[in-house]
Amino acid sequence: MVDELLVKDLDVSVNGIRILDGVSLDINTGEVHVLMGPNGSGKSTLSNTIIGNPKYKVERGKILFNGKDLLKMKPDERVKEGIFMSFQEPVEIPGVSIFNLMRTAYLKSGGSTSELSAFRSRVSSLMSQLGFQESFMNRSVNEGFSGGEKKRFEVLQMMVLKPRMAILDEVDSGLDIDTLKIIGSMVKEASKSMGMLIITHYDRILEYVKPDFVHIMKDGRIVSTGGMEIVSEIKEKGYNYYK
Amino acid sequence: METFEADYSKYDFKNSTDYDVTFEKGLSEDVVKRISKLKGEPDWMLEFRLNAFKFFMKRPVPQWGGDLSKIDFNDLTYYLKPIKDRAKAWDELPKEIKDTYDKLGIPEAEKKFLSGVEVMYESESVYSSVKKELEDLGVIFCDTDTALKKYPELVKKYIGRVISQNDNKFAALNSAVWSGGSFIYVPKGVKVPMPLQAYFRINAESMGQFERTLIIADEGADVTYIEGCSSPIYSKNSLHAAVVEIIAHKNSHVKYITIQNWSSDVYNLVTKRAFAYQNAYVEWIDANTGALLTEKYPSVYMLEPGAKANILSVALANRNQHQDTGAKAIHLAPDTSSTIRSKSICLNGGRTSYRGLVKVGKGATGVKTSTKCDALILDKESRTDTYPYMEISEEDATVSHEASVGKIGDEQLLYLESRGIPEQEAINMIVLGFMGEFIKELPLEFAVEFNRLITLNMEGAVG
Repeated sequence: MVDELLVKDLDVSVNGIRILDGVSLDINTGEVHVLMGPNGSGKSTLSNTIIGNPKYKVERGKILFNGKDLLKMKPDERVKEGIFMSFQEPVEIPGVSIFNLMRTAYLKSGGSTSELSAFRSRVSSLMSQLGFQESFMNRSVNEGFSGGEKKRFEVLQMMVLKPRMAILDEVDSGLDIDTLKIIGSMVKEASKSMGMLIITHYDRILEYVKPDFVHIMKDGRIVSTGGMEIVSEIKEKGYNYYK
Repeated sequence: METFEADYSKYDFKNSTDYDVTFEKGLSEDVVKRISKLKGEPDWMLEFRLNAFKFFMKRPVPQWGGDLSKIDFNDLTYYLKPIKDRAKAWDELPKEIKDTYDKLGIPEAEKKFLSGVEVMYESESVYSSVKKELEDLGVIFCDTDTALKKYPELVKKYIGRVISQNDNKFAALNSAVWSGGSFIYVPKGVKVPMPLQAYFRINAESMGQFERTLIIADEGADVTYIEGCSSPIYSKNSLHAAVVEIIAHKNSHVKYITIQNWSSDVYNLVTKRAFAYQNAYVEWIDANTGALLTEKYPSVYMLEPGAKANILSVALANRNQHQDTGAKAIHLAPDTSSTIRSKSICLNGGRTSYRGLVKVGKGATGVKTSTKCDALILDKESRTDTYPYMEISEEDATVSHEASVGKIGDEQLLYLESRGIPEQEAINMIVLGFMGEFIKELPLEFAVEFNRLITLNMEGAVG
């Protein structure tokens, strides 16, 4: 089955200030879309709006997933439809263990208690692929994590939750080359079975995941859309080239 | 005038005698004398009570904490409700409390025990094996009235040693009219292999209004005592003034764990204090919820070198509740150390106050003490305060104090929701996470109940 995330003519404001201005996107299963742009151009506003962060107010436009209106749903309901978002700066939640979070998320997504041990093994195996020790499960969510640990944990959650549409917000920033390699290859593997929107500053992750579409965002608008050639164009001319 | 019938056989395993007793409301010297006489106490205990009564009358109601002005001492009954009256009391329990028992999944028998309807908790078979084991070790574990009958010298030696009759108004009141409570004596070098739980004390009044608990750990002894329950304790009387004294002799370790959840019209004013002698280690784990007002500050007096204290105070204040709780670490000898941690949550207009005292006396050199208070405030109507007092008389003391007040962050909520967890459950997870440090200290069955208790309190408390 092909899933479709459709963003149409989206205007979004935060605290009364307009951030997004008529953004449209159409992402299908198996497609990798990359969204690039300078700081403050509205990339994270878009991802937060898709997941349903209440701070972001939709003034106009639609977000549909397989025709269903996501804007009428709470964040957890959007997740049940199959949406996933990784956070650019994941927040610490003291006392809530990684495994408690994963287990609850699993049960909420319809997982059964009787298969918890199988679930646990799957989490363990993914953790080791991402370079985590088993004891990581007992740590509090994001508490005292290094930058790289935070990003790897976001990817771990995507792999565990198996969404149908993933929005990865700067999952590649601040990583050393080895971590980038691990995350890159995992994201690539995942992208085969879901739709994906990768928000990034750099082209480094694109060495691992080849995008089907590259979008440039500036001042809350998508100013250019194309393929990989756009990435080289940015490298050459900078974002100022785009109006 | 209230007339009722009491069954005192619970204080005496040999003779079963019914008494007809008439007790009016209000407190007088005569009431104190009659209580003592009914119990058949030795003269010295009567003196103890009468002295205490004088102190109680002289002392004014404290002004420094929560609002105590509405307590009408003349409208209280100062003696236990009789057992026979209790048998029919189940039907008279407020529906709210019965519903809560059901939600917590408390078994029928335990419900009746907790609500004070039944004195006997049906764990007799469990208890008898425990009892045998304790007897073999020479451990005494019974209610304090029984202890006074069977071990008068021990009681006389220790009662009031840590908390005198004149300590404060409510300790004086307790000393004058006390009934029930736990008595524990652990002989030299004995390590009690299992936590002693109040409900093992069958045939005993465990949740009286003026209970008196006395725990003595002799040299090198080790004991953990657990009492209370996360279910609301129903009380017909609106004042609970308990006294808990712990004596931890050289090289001993005493850990006292309690969860209290009084019904919402109760003043819960408790004096808890321990004396820790050379290298002794005393731990208080004290959780409070429910009640109109709680004032409770478990204290450890470190009297000899090397004594240690660990106090964890937990409070949850929901609508119309004020939890004024905290701890006192009194260092009166060199090389003593203490850790105080406080965790509090307030919601729906509830109020939590941390009140603590760290004292380092003259000559107490090489002291280490740290205090950490974390408060979580769930809405704008609720309130939290910290009143940390410090009196440090030695310059080389290592003293640290940290306090934080947090709200459940929108970002934390969004994070959990974005993993498919609905808002209410996300709140519960964050709150339980906040309490995690405390929950880890609890035995499993208590931890499970405490989790459910918090979850119940969080119902409808959405961001």
